[in-house]
This record gives sequence, C-alpha cells and structure tokens, in this order.
Amino acid sequence: MTSKTEITLEHFYIFNGTYAKKEGEEEKKILYYYPVSTDSETQIKNIGLGEAIIKFTHFLLIDRSFSPGQTCDYCHTHKTRQIYFEPEPDFWMVMIVGIPYLWKTKDDTEYIEYQHDEVSSSVCQAILKQTYAMFKLFMGSFNTILNDPDCGSVLLLKHKLDHFYSRYLPSLKLNNSDILDVFQGLQFLPLDKTTFLHVQCFMNLVEAMFSQVKYTAFLYNDQLVWSGLEPQDMQVVYNYLVSTLLPAHLETELHGGSMPRNSPSPFTTSHYGKFVTGPSSINEPSGIGKLPKVFINYSTTPVSLYLVVYRALSATICLFVDSKTSLLMDLFKSLDTFLGPQLTTLVSLVAEQCSKHVSFSAESCPKYLYFNKLNLAYKSTIHLDNRRCSNVLTTPEVLRIITDINNDTKKFKEAGEIVIKTMSEYWVVGKLSNLREFFVVTQQKNANLIEIDDEVRRLCDQQLKSIFFH
Amino acid sequence: MESTSSEGNDDYYLELSPDPVRFESISPLTNVFFDDTNKQVFAVRSEGVIGVLVKGPEHNLNFRMEDKGPIISIKFSLDMNILAIQRTNTSVEFINYSSASGLDNVEYSQTCKGKNASILGFVWTHSNEILFVTDHGVELFLVVPEKRTVKALKSLSLGVNWFVFCPQSYLVLLSSGTIGNQMQALHITPGNLHKLTKFEMEAGATKPGKLAVSERDVALAVLYGTPSIIVLRHQPGINRSLGTAQVYVYTVHKMLTIKKSHILKLDTSGRFAINVIDNLIIVHHQASETSMIFDIKLPGVSDGTVMHHTSIAAPKPIRPYSLKVPGTTLLEQLSQPCLLYSPGWVVFQPNIIIDAKLGCLWFVKLRLESLVKLIPDKVLLVEFLMQRNDSKQVLMQVVKENVTQLPSSLLYMSTIFDKLNTVYRNHLENELQSQMGTPLQIGSKGVATVSENIKYKQIIDQSDMYTYILSKFPEDTTEPKMVVWILLEYIRSLADHDIPVQHYLHELVITTLVHRKAYYQLHQLLQYHVVADSKPLACLLLSLESLYPAAHQLALDMLKRLGNAHEEIMEVLLSKGHILPALRYVRSVGIIDQVSARKFLEAAKTSNDPKLFHSVYKFFENRNLRLHNTTAFTRGEHCQTYVQHFKYLFQGTDNGCNSDTNSNVSTMSSFG
Repeated sequence: MTSKTEITLEHFYIFNGTYAKKEGEEEKKILYYYPVSTDSETQIKNIGLGEAIIKFTHFLLIDRSFSPGQTCDYCHTHKTRQIYFEPEPDFWMVMIVGIPYLWKTKDDTEYIEYQHDEVSSSVCQAILKQTYAMFKLFMGSFNTILNDPDCGSVLLLKHKLDHFYSRYLPSLKLNNSDILDVFQGLQFLPLDKTTFLHVQCFMNLVEAMFSQVKYTAFLYNDQLVWSGLEPQDMQVVYNYLVSTLLPAHLETELHGGSMPRNSPSPFTTSHYGKFVTGPSSINEPSGIGKLPKVFINYSTTPVSLYLVVYRALSATICLFVDSKTSLLMDLFKSLDTFLGPQLTTLVSLVAEQCSKHVSFSAESCPKYLYFNKLNLAYKSTIHLDNRRCSNVLTTPEVLRIITDINNDTKKFKEAGEIVIKTMSEYWVVGKLSNLREFFVVTQQKNANLIEIDDEVRRLCDQQLKSIFFH
Repeated sequence: MESTSSEGNDDYYLELSPDPVRFESISPLTNVFFDDTNKQVFAVRSEGVIGVLVKGPEHNLNFRMEDKGPIISIKFSLDMNILAIQRTNTSVEFINYSSASGLDNVEYSQTCKGKNASILGFVWTHSNEILFVTDHGVELFLVVPEKRTVKALKSLSLGVNWFVFCPQSYLVLLSSGTIGNQMQALHITPGNLHKLTKFEMEAGATKPGKLAVSERDVALAVLYGTPSIIVLRHQPGINRSLGTAQVYVYTVHKMLTIKKSHILKLDTSGRFAINVIDNLIIVHHQASETSMIFDIKLPGVSDGTVMHHTSIAAPKPIRPYSLKVPGTTLLEQLSQPCLLYSPGWVVFQPNIIIDAKLGCLWFVKLRLESLVKLIPDKVLLVEFLMQRNDSKQVLMQVVKENVTQLPSSLLYMSTIFDKLNTVYRNHLENELQSQMGTPLQIGSKGVATVSENIKYKQIIDQSDMYTYILSKFPEDTTEPKMVVWILLEYIRSLADHDIPVQHYLHELVITTLVHRKAYYQLHQLLQYHVVADSKPLACLLLSLESLYPAAHQLALDMLKRLGNAHEEIMEVLLSKGHILPALRYVRSVGIIDQVSARKFLEAAKTSNDPKLFHSVYKFFENRNLRLHNTTAFTRGEHCQTYVQHFKYLFQGTDNGCNSDTNSNVSTMSSFG
C-alpha cells in the first residue's frame, strides 16, 4: 500500500511504421524499445496502440483544422502521460511516463489518487525532444545513419539507438525537470565589451593558428561567453557540457586531489590547462583517450567533427576539429602549448571582470527567470545552478505555474502579462514583450495587485534596463 | 645622374642624393673648406688674387679677395652678412658681405684673449656671435658689422685638445686632460655659455703620446629630440685576434648631465664613419664597403644601465652611384661609376659625404622600401617605420601586406595594432590638450609637445585604417571570416586603448558578418555592446530583419538604450502592427500628448480589427478631452477620415444605415 511520489519512465520506443508492409511483420517497425526486458508481443501491442493514436489524431486534425502534417503531441490517460514526437519523417519517438499517485481513504475505502497536475506535458515533450537532439549530436540523425555510405542499414541504426539510449535513458531526470528544459536556454556570462573582445579575438586566433579547428566556443564556469556554433547546435552541446561532461570532469578532478598542473618539471613554466576530452596527459604516451564526435549544422551542411574540450581554471573552451584530421596527438601537443599559457592569462582577466559584476541578491527579494528565444539566452535567480539537481529556491508548484504561463503566453500576439496568486501567498507574474519572457516569483502576504505590479516594474527597470521590454 | 639599372629591385637601403653639390676638386692651386653649420663648400683658388666659390644646397656665389696668406678656415655668419677668415693661430679676420654689393674691402680682426693661446677653430653661434676655441679655453664674441668692431662677451679657461660643435643643439664638446678623455660640454645660448657636468670617457689602452679619444671618432647629433654624443670606440683584440669596435651613445639630459645610454655593436673593426639620418645612426665601414644602421629607440638588451643594440638589418653597401660626365660631343653624357667608400671621403654631420677629389657633396638618404624587406620581424618593422619621416605610405603598405597574409599573421597583428593605437591614443590626448589649452602646461608645453611629436612621427588613425586597409580587402583572396578576425582585432585594440570606435568600422563589421551570414556572431557582438549604439546602426539592423529576424529585437533594444529615440520606437512598433504596445510605450515615456493621433488611427484602421480601432479611437478622444476640453479632434490633426471610419464601424451599424456624417462626434458608441 505504498504511494508513488515520483514520475517514472514507463516506456520509451522508437518505430517506423513504413518498415512493416504486411501483417505479421510488425516486429520490423521496432527500432528501439525501453524497458529492454519487455517481451516482443507487448512491444508490438504498445507500438500498435501508439501508432493508432497518432494516425487517428492525424486524420482528426486534418479534418478539423485543415493543417496537414499536424499530429497529436501528447495523450493523457488516467495513469500515464504519453508523448509523441516525429523527429524525422515516418520515425516516431514515444515516451510514456507514469503519473505519481497517493493512497487515500474515504468512507473507509482506500483508493488511489493520481497527481495529474504534477506532470507537465510540455516539460515531458521538451525532454523527449532532448533525447532525440542528444542522439543526433553524438550519433547523427536517423537518416544519416541509414544513408551512411560504408555500412548504413536499419541494423546499424538499431545498434546505435541501443548503444546510446540504454545508457542515456537511466540518466534522465524526469522529476527535476522544469521550465528550463522547455527553454533549453544558454546562460551568458555578463561581461564588459573589452573583455569580451579579448575572448573573441583569442578564439579567432585559435581558429587562425589551427586550421583543423572549424568552430569554437568559450565558457566561463557554466556560462557561455562566445559560441561559433549556431544556437540550435550550441543549445545541445551546452546542455551536454553543463549537465554531463563538466560535472563529471570536476568530480574526477576533486578525487585527483590538488590542482593538477600541466608541468613535467618545476623548472618549466606551468599553466593550468588540461584536456577534458582527449588525452588525459600530454606527456604520457597513453593515447588520445575518449574523443567524442559530434554531428552539427543540420540546417545547412551537416558535418561531423571531433569535440575537443580544454579547460583552464574556470574557463572551458570547445574546439570542433575536422574529423579528417590525422596526427591528432601532434595537434593536441601544439594545442596544449598554445592554449595553456594564453588561456590561463585570459581567465584571470575574465575572472577579474566578473568579480565586478557579481551582485548579491538578498534571500527575500523577488526571484526572476528571463528567456529570450531569439538568442536562447536565459537567466534565472530561481535556479541555483543549471545542473537539474532540484537546487531551486521555490516550490515545484510555482515552477509548474511558470510552465503553464509559458504555454499561455504563446497565445499572445506581441506583448502581454499574466499574474497568478497561489494559495501559499506566492505571486507568479509572466510578461512577454519584444519576444522575451520574464517571470517574477515573489511571496508576499496581504499584497495587492498594484503592489505586485510596482514590484515587477521595479525589477524590470533594474534587470532589463538595456533592452526594450515594456 | 643615378644609375637606372635594377630600379626598385635592389636591397640597398642607403643612397646618395641624385643631385650632388659639385665644386672644383682639390688641387695644388685650389683649397676646399666645408662649413657644416651653413652647409657651404668654399673652393679657394689662390693665384695672386683669391677667387672664392661658395656652394651649398641653397647658395651658389663667388667673389674675389686679396691674398693675405694661406687660409686655415673660412665661414660665413648665419645670416651671411659677415665672412670670417682665419689665417693665423691667434686671430680671425672679418669682412662684411651683402648679396647686393658683394664683399666689403675693409677687414677687421679679433685676436684671441688667452695668453700664448692658439686658436683651434671657430664657429658662428647665434646671429653675429662667434665662438673661438683655443687650446686654453673658449671665448665668445659679438661682431658688430655696422661699426666693424668686435665685443668680447664670455670666456672660459680650460686646456682643450680638440672640440666638436653641433649647430642643431648649440652644444660644444671639448676634450681636455692629458689623454683627452676628460669631456666638457658647453651649451651656447645667445650671449652666454653654460657648462654641463664634466664626464670622463673610458681611456682604454692608449698608446703613449696619443689621445684616448680622437676628434674624428666623435659626432654630435640630435636623436629623437635629445642632443647626443656618438663616439666610436676601438677595442683592441685579445690574443692578436682582430678587435671589434663599438659605438657609445651618450645622451644629454635637460642640458645638465650626460650619461652613456646605448652601445651599438659593430662586430667588426677598421675605419668607420658616422652619419645620422632621420634619428638613425649609420655606421659606414670602409674595409667591407658596407654600412650598418642602428635605431636606439628599438628595444635592445639592457645590462642595467646601458642598452646594447645590434644593427637592425644586415650590413649593405650604399646603392651604386654614377656621375654624369660630358662625353665626346656636347650633347652626349656619359655615366661614370663612382668609387664608394673611397679613402677620399670626408663625412660630416648629420648626413653629408664629401669627396674632395671628385668635387662632390652628397646627402646620404634612406631607402625605406628596401629596408622594409630586410627587417623580418614585422612588429619591429612597424615600430621602426612609425618613427621615420615620410614613412606613412610605406607603413600602410606594410600593415596592409600583413593583413592580407592571414591567417598566420593574426598572431602578431594584435601587437602591431596595439603599437599603432598607443601612438594614436597619445596623439588624440595631445590634440585634446591643445584644444582645451590647459594652463598647467604653459611653461613646459613647448618642450613637452616637441619631444612627444618626435617620439612617433607616423600616426595611423581609424580613418586611415578604414580607407586604405580594412575596407580594401581583396575579395578573392581573403575569406570573409578572416576579415572579421582582423576587424575585431583592430576594434579590440582600439577598445583597449580607450579610443572611441568610429561608426564606419562598426558598419563594416556588421555588413561583413551579414555578408558571410554569421548572424549569431553578430548577435553576440551586439549583446556584449561591442558595436556602439546609434540611430543609423539601429536602422541598418531594422533593414536586416528579413535576413535575420532577431535583428528587429536588437534594433529596438538599441533604440531604447539611446534614450532619445521614442519616436523611432513608436514607428517601429506601429509598422509591426503592435499598436497597443506602442501606445503603452509612448505613455510610459511621457510623450503621449505630443504623438500624432493620425499615425495610431491609421495603423489601427489598417489592422482591420474594429475592437482595436475602437480602443485607439477612444483613447485619443480622451486625450482630446483632457487637452482641449472636447472629444473632437482639432483641424490640424487631420483625423477626419478616422472620424468617418469610426462612425462607419460603430454608429453606422447601430443605426442600421451606412453613415451619418452630421452626427455629433462625441456620441458614445454602443461598445462604451
């Protein structure tokens, strides 16, 4: 008689209906199914059901709104929430999550009450899209795998899906996901123009000196300073860096003890540079190590590049290196010699500037969340970090309200404002203007609408003074 | 008169002036004197009567005078009104001269005051003042040509071996002491002598009976605005090996003290001669027939007190030179190659070479174009060129060449830009200071600005960079990506030097980024305010909206930051059909009473949204009521059309008929 308080991943499958032409061939549709232990009959049954819903709603929508191609995004059932996503033509990804429930007693009879409000469909949809984006980044799109000139086949695709998702899905943080997953934003580091130019010019110099480097990006702590990638690509890379790669790297560094210096002897000049992906040490002949390849630029000409991540103190630079590069070890050595000392100097410059920008916000003052969909910039004083570790300064209820407001502001044409007051005296204000969204959360007893409006205006003037936001 | 072969393709960095001053060559009958103050050559023929030919770059005159014995020295005063002739060791004779009437026939004379003193030489200093240097000291006289008298002004007693005078700095260097290494410098001002602190030159190993420092090894010059003493020092070889010579440079500080500040390494030995061109020290070496070139402003190696320099380029001979001589016929001219580095050459400061046998006086000149190829370090080269006269074209060319050698040149372009902009920044500061006329600096201003200007002669400002380099990238050879690299590097350098970036550079950045479709990079630059806000740039961004939708947002942000663009913001919002946000905006900035109702009503009418039109219309009726006590629009607002439209939309439908033009404007609509 236990209650379930967490959202769970029940099923996750990918199929292509066109792969089964005749009855009895249904198994051919299945490209990936989670949990792996599910017997194939159940798999076929569930996929059949999903396919049926998709087809049914598809016709329904064509009928009703005359917009072909539109399909159903999610389906609410009593115990589950089902999310549908067609990332590439005829390929469908379906995610089914279980809704948390409570055992309740009424009139001496016990019954289960499902907490439908705790599952936000748009957050789940964002997560499903993320799982595809991440796969595409590291493995390539489904079609690029199928059309691989060497060994492209459905079997290869199945193999890659299995290889990727069997490790990726257990790491999903369904319960700590919120509006930030919907935004998939980038946090930019506030910096003065001179320091930014130094960073920009340094990255240009790296590209100029190493022709194998096609694109670059520069992060300071978890914040982006410069991205040479298009925002759609950077969004995924950023997510990977900030939520997976860098935390893992920091972890190993912490276990490694004192600050590792890249210096073979105390007499040579030392710097703090170190490869995060690539060789763990330049001086050991241990080989290149794990070097991920990423697939980017789908909007124009897709390419696959090595993702080389190099870190010195708080700065992380990403180099996207031509995957045809030979003699990688030589490249790494010269990169290390070039980057190490220069980056170490640059970081201290950035750090010095950052210390001037730091503003300490008092615990009691209103929290805010900002998102600009045009450059994907976001800023949040609600979230303490962007690692999805439930490190938030507000209640899950407020976060869900923000997600709901976000859904509603999509209906605004150019500008608008929504104010919501919760039972627990929280005020949540969502404003849309000039394609930017701004959410304010404040907890004030006995406040009235005018006071809240003043509060929001004051915060806007303070935080958004250099942009047009009315 | 110069050889025409291999024009421009050679790497000779020195040449002789194409039109030498020609004079009668030295012979048993002809004596030749040179006055380095007036730069005049005196060719003196003595055949009973003396015929004097005076030639210089500016003068060409001749006259006759009585032969009163052999002449030791002959010089005109600075304004050419007195001729001074020294025939004995104890006196100097004067004859008045005017260009109109020629030489006067009366001579007057002045003997030196010191007892048993013998005159080593004399120099004209300021106007009609003349300085005698004797072996017992110096004596300053004033010559009064009208009265044909000479007046003693000042004198100083000191045992003198030899002396050198610099007409630019009015500095006289006297060698004294038994081995001649005690140096006394005097600064000659009108009517006065000022002693500088005595100093000693290292004696080294001196042969008995010889002076440690000889006159021909010393040259006085002004380098980068500072009077300097340039001395050749011959180091004897150790263990019979050939010694190497060095050049010591002593600099004079505030006309008070003298300090050895630079050592130039010659790495060879033999006979040398020194010239100074454009603040560069040229050392001619006779044995190898080459010349070296040194710049004391370029970085050297310091030993704590003295900077050690090496030649900035490999030693090279002076460019071959041919004299044109008359041929067999009158019209024909022959080219006769000249012997360079000839033993007959006499070198004078700052840049004069005289071949008395040939009868030629040349000025040595620098050939920057050739030198450019011989300095491999680009940063050094730029620094060097920034300090030269007339080097701007060459400098721009060098910068341009480097810019087109991307990507590898990006590594040092930042340093080059920083060098250029440091000077540019100083220049801007000076300009600002002179505009504001800061009174604090009046006393020292002359000195300060002179030395500042001498420091760097070439300023490359943003407009130069833009006009000749940044806007002139060869499209086929330079990738747009690299153009952006250079532009940003240049802007980075300007920003580092706190120089406001001109709008045309920002425009170039934007258009180049747009050209290569690097919109996200542009977005980030704007996000970090790299591009300065301005209305024209905001308009440029607005025009980019069709290519990059976010440009619209960026333009609005920029207009908002400008703080004085309310009208523009309103227009932008209206053009997008964002009528209520526009109305809210003008209300929030307090210009609601000034804006044109017509613009809003027109936009609302175009939107085809009756509800919206109603709201806007009512809003302005309320404004009318507040401003004019009536809901009616004033004639000047030209709102008749919209009044009609309102009636058509609301009263017309109410009444069930089309329109009622006579009905009162202020009638409330049913939407109320």
